[in-house]
Amino acid sequence: MSDLAWIEGAIGAARPQAMAALLRYFRDLDKAEEAFQDACLRALKAWPRNGPPRDPTAWLIMVGRNAAIDAVRKTSRNTALPPEELLSDLEDAEAAAAERLDGAHYRDDVLRLMFICCHPDLPATQQIALALRIVSGLSVREIARAFLVTETAMEQRITRAKARIGAGDAPFEAPGPVERAERFAAVASMIYLIFNQGYSADRAGEAKGGLCDEAIRLARLLLRLFPAEPEMMGLTALLLLQHARVEARFTADGAAILLEDQDRSLWNAKLIGEGLALIDKAMLKRAPGPYQVQAAIAALHARAARPEDTDWAGIDALYASLEIMQPSPVVTLNRAVAVAKVRGPEAALAMIAPLAPRLDAYFHYHGARGAFLLQAGRKAEAREAFDHAISLANTAAEAASIRQYLDRIAAEADSAAS
Amino acid sequence: MLYAILCYNQEDVTSAWSKAHDDEVMAKLGVVQERLAKEGRLGPVARLMPTTAATTLRKDRDPPLVLDGPFAETKEQLLGFYIVDCDSLDGALDIAKDLGKANPGGSYEIRPIALFNPGPAGQEPAAP
Repeated sequence: MSDLAWIEGAIGAARPQAMAALLRYFRDLDKAEEAFQDACLRALKAWPRNGPPRDPTAWLIMVGRNAAIDAVRKTSRNTALPPEELLSDLEDAEAAAAERLDGAHYRDDVLRLMFICCHPDLPATQQIALALRIVSGLSVREIARAFLVTETAMEQRITRAKARIGAGDAPFEAPGPVERAERFAAVASMIYLIFNQGYSADRAGEAKGGLCDEAIRLARLLLRLFPAEPEMMGLTALLLLQHARVEARFTADGAAILLEDQDRSLWNAKLIGEGLALIDKAMLKRAPGPYQVQAAIAALHARAARPEDTDWAGIDALYASLEIMQPSPVVTLNRAVAVAKVRGPEAALAMIAPLAPRLDAYFHYHGARGAFLLQAGRKAEAREAFDHAISLANTAAEAASIRQYLDRIAAEADSAAS
Repeated sequence: MLYAILCYNQEDVTSAWSKAHDDEVMAKLGVVQERLAKEGRLGPVARLMPTTAATTLRKDRDPPLVLDGPFAETKEQLLGFYIVDCDSLDGALDIAKDLGKANPGGSYEIRPIALFNPGPAGQEPAAP
């Protein structure tokens, strides 16, 4: 790896922790960002010359902090601090800084940085955009591409979001256990939103695929900081298991491929292995939660070498417990897919019938209903449901997946007629 | 003499590698391993899952305590290891240098092996 690639990698990896520590120090997002930028510029100069520091994160924090202080002094009294080239050779100073950054400080810093992006006044899309900008360090252009908006629009969105959280009282005191749990839940759901923004993309949206990787990176980071949190294990496992299927999810022309039609040899065994190991670990805790249950469902799919090997009864049972933890018509709709496999399509149709008023505008409701009706041999009703689904499709891939069913019905009608 | 080459690196850096970069590093390491295998000097090789998948059992008490995460909180994490057969530390260091050229960053700890029993499990290279 070239010097530059190594430095970029180290800076990218250090960013969340460094930004989080600088934010604690300055208590101001813009100042923290400026200080971090400054430290990065100095790293690009100093590291190729002096070699990599022993702890790049501690180096960036210390240099960023000193640079900002330096700037203040320069404007006030014109007295400079020692240059950072000297600083980076001061092994003792670096070690001491690294010491201070260990453990609890680091953890709550990073959690705070992520939590600030989850301000309840911000709509979900702004939360994600802000987190990608501030925590992950993605450029405005990259984020704009992922959201399919112009750079200017995204710039405005991020500026507005920053102004919004800047006005509020950022929570800088160390959180108590209850508060920490609340922050944790908000941050976990924000990470899941980032993942879904990437996951729901058409294959064409390559830029969005990167959001899945970024969400996994953030989930792993949080899990490293909070290694005993079963729901964090569950979330990380869920993201890994879902992302493992990315190469198998779309046809060459971008149509979505249903789980049971996917070429399972394209599933990423490494990601699946890690996901299964995490869910295995989480189960030992005997503290189930929605992310763990969803990961367990994904794990049952991942463990099936062929679609017909899938443990649908197990999936049905897991969805039943998810319905209790997190009641929602969408969960019931997903459960119905398992019910159709275990007890037949009529049982599934009976299960989703009461959902109609709430899910009438939901693409997947009509798609699933059409599939159950087709399975039950009620073709005319199935076609009606599919037509309805297509009119509600959000992406070309969704529409294409329904068209496959309609084509199949039409082809069967033709062959029956001839 | 058998030596373990223990691979330490910053996990948050290596886990942020793109798949393309990861593949490239693994391919380069594969070249070195292939040569060592031909020379009859390569023993078992393992790449470990991230430390987030690790569990630690404290057995200094009864019942033992199960903890999440790796045993030691360190700046660089144990990410894998090689077992190699060399006449001397010099030879083992040469191998480590070759591996390091293929995969810069982090450290290798070269540690002579006192007792080695490869055991019957995992003899075929395979996904776990």
